[in-house]
Amino acid sequence: MIYREAGQFRTSYAADQAVFPVLQDRVFVCAVALFAFFIVPFLASEYLLRAILVPFLILAIAAVGLNLLVGYCGQISLGSAAFMAVGAYAAYDVTVHLPWLNLLFVFLIGGLCAAAAGVVFGLPSLRIKGYYLAVATLAAQFFFDWLFIRVPWFTNYASSGSVSAPPLSIFGLRFDSPAGRYLFCLALLTVTAVAAKNLVRARMGRIWMAMRDMDIAAEIIGIRPLHAKLSAFAISSFIIGISGALWAFVHLGSWEPLAFSIDRSFALLFMVVIGGLGSILGCFLGAAFITILPIFLNQVPTALGIPLSTAMISHLEFMTFGALIVFFLIVEPSGLARLWAICREKLRLWPFPH
Amino acid sequence: MRGKISGILAVICAFAATPAVAQNEQFFPSLVYRTGPYAPNGIPFANGYADYLNLLNARDGGINGVKIATEECETGYATDRGVECYERLKGKGPTGASLFVPLSTGITYALMDKAPVDKIALLTSGYGRSESADGNVIRWAFPILGTYWDAGDIQIEYIAKSLGGWDKLKGKKIADVYHDSPYGKEPIPVLQALAKQHGFELELLPVTHPGVEQKATWLQIRQNRPDFTLLWGWGVMNSTALKEAAAVAYPRDKMLGVWWAGAEADTVPAEDAAKGYEALALNPSGASFPVHRDIFAQLYDKNLGAADRKEVGNVLYNRGMINALFATEAVRTAQAKFGNKPLTGEQVRWGLENLDLTPEKIQKLGFAGLLTPLKVTCANHTGIARARVHQWDGKEWKFVSDWIDSDQKVVWPMVEEAAKKYAQEKGLPTDACSKAS
Repeated sequence: MIYREAGQFRTSYAADQAVFPVLQDRVFVCAVALFAFFIVPFLASEYLLRAILVPFLILAIAAVGLNLLVGYCGQISLGSAAFMAVGAYAAYDVTVHLPWLNLLFVFLIGGLCAAAAGVVFGLPSLRIKGYYLAVATLAAQFFFDWLFIRVPWFTNYASSGSVSAPPLSIFGLRFDSPAGRYLFCLALLTVTAVAAKNLVRARMGRIWMAMRDMDIAAEIIGIRPLHAKLSAFAISSFIIGISGALWAFVHLGSWEPLAFSIDRSFALLFMVVIGGLGSILGCFLGAAFITILPIFLNQVPTALGIPLSTAMISHLEFMTFGALIVFFLIVEPSGLARLWAICREKLRLWPFPH
Repeated sequence: MRGKISGILAVICAFAATPAVAQNEQFFPSLVYRTGPYAPNGIPFANGYADYLNLLNARDGGINGVKIATEECETGYATDRGVECYERLKGKGPTGASLFVPLSTGITYALMDKAPVDKIALLTSGYGRSESADGNVIRWAFPILGTYWDAGDIQIEYIAKSLGGWDKLKGKKIADVYHDSPYGKEPIPVLQALAKQHGFELELLPVTHPGVEQKATWLQIRQNRPDFTLLWGWGVMNSTALKEAAAVAYPRDKMLGVWWAGAEADTVPAEDAAKGYEALALNPSGASFPVHRDIFAQLYDKNLGAADRKEVGNVLYNRGMINALFATEAVRTAQAKFGNKPLTGEQVRWGLENLDLTPEKIQKLGFAGLLTPLKVTCANHTGIARARVHQWDGKEWKFVSDWIDSDQKVVWPMVEEAAKKYAQEKGLPTDACSKAS
């Protein structure tokens, strides 16, 4: 009913190729964006902004980056937290040595360094695939963990190995307030998501998908694997690197290598798998599922007034969360985004079953 | 379906509705870790902290008539969850949270920049950032009882004493098995400075989080046979280290743990392997102090205790109690100035800056023997930096030394220098105390 498309005619190629060809989708996405930009910062409490929305937005950026690599190009990576760490520490070192540089450029440099690291650790992908590649990218995780713990130059010789970010400001404009942080992350997420969505619809994305679906066939029709795979690693790591810099500068403020441990890599991969491989919407859903759901579950017993010990609440959180992961993967192995796509198809045909 | 929807709505409404806030309450947030690899150490501390707060409510009706409200939030020792908990709890209670006890170096570091903005004090007794001892620069963090640098200095002092003098340290080999995180790395500058000064050789052996895999480390110790081994572990790392030491037959009485590696949670799981192991102690263990009598009578006899009855009096349980004592006494001190009402973070900070625990006061609170007298000032946030060494005899911890004070001639210049560097990075003044009244 909501999705009745009668009367919507596409009269030009441009209209036919639009990101959201259906009017209802366009309206919905615009409404969500307007709501997120103009309403949420005024309505949401500081707790909601700083502790829930900011980490969600940042990890959604990382999930978009990882989805380009895993979902679109088919290269499994277990080193995403390492690329986040590269972005964070590169950005930190830039601010230490060039404190006058605009923070936007600092984040860009962080992203570029992560892209370079991604290309280097993406090289094995030219020879190996699947599980073997996952293990090879795991090397990135251990290598960068080791590097940032052991080489004091990266942490500016901090005795404890923990570093902290400078005050946040761009063009003399401070954005330290919770709403400022939220809007900054939201703006970057919007740019990233729009760029990624268009990238995967363009030549680059089609090359990646050809590579993912059958690399030999892709090679035969003239796609260079070197170019395709390394560009995917570079762009994906670039986005993940920026999200790492945001995680460190905007969310944590002060961090140690443990903030980018292997657990983070797994969490990012789960986001992409549960959200939906090869779907930008899936990145948002997956990031929300992995970051917000545990915190929500943790607060349910208290909010309902059920007296449970802290440890029991925490155990329940783990169990419910795990059970939900299994549940959603059984119900729809292709992820939450696919679940939404099915609902949408049903709505378009409603009230007729066929 | 309708039932499901209404159920979901109920949850959402419960979230949206803010619970009615009692007006005459001081809110004490509690960051705890009762799950994960660090839970064995997190649980007794959290129980001690909770029990002492509950005792004040049950016995005295709060602090000078102001009831104590408290809420726990599980961090799992993870920094990001700790930050989430901090944000969740900081606005609760009529005046908001006024004081946090993170019990994690990582979370302390992450809160270091947030707390001054929110005007909330951090009580980091025996851990945290060492330069926060200098209150002239870092105004909101209070490492009362000493920092990691004090602990490192006391360890070497004790070794020198047991050898019979500082000159005997020359040419000795001391290994440092440490948790590879800000916690374990923090004391290294002090240990290195002392090594240079007294001519002993320091061997650094990092152990990766969470510390269950230490075979390689202890093989190195078997090869090099250091004269002493310092242990800077937390959680399962400590008991694992003791078992591995037994496996390579390294004498346990040559191992000296820091005050975070000397509790029942570290030695009991290692069973016989822990016998003879020594560690620093900020406070004694045992449940025979006057305050425990009240805790048993007011809480455990009425089934209101947080822990198992037999766990009351563990090293970390007592330390949790002492932390709660610092927090509540800071509030009491501040109440003398600001009146008997719920206080803000700024007022509680004033209370911490003027915390003066005299022997009479400690006696009155029932902590005689648990705590030495101390006096915190605006400029010096540690108040006192001393520890005793205790040894595990297979059943309990027994003191084997008298109080050892950390040598402020060594530690304080380093604190001042680090604080100066911190002030430069953050653009903070270095003379906040002389300006403040």
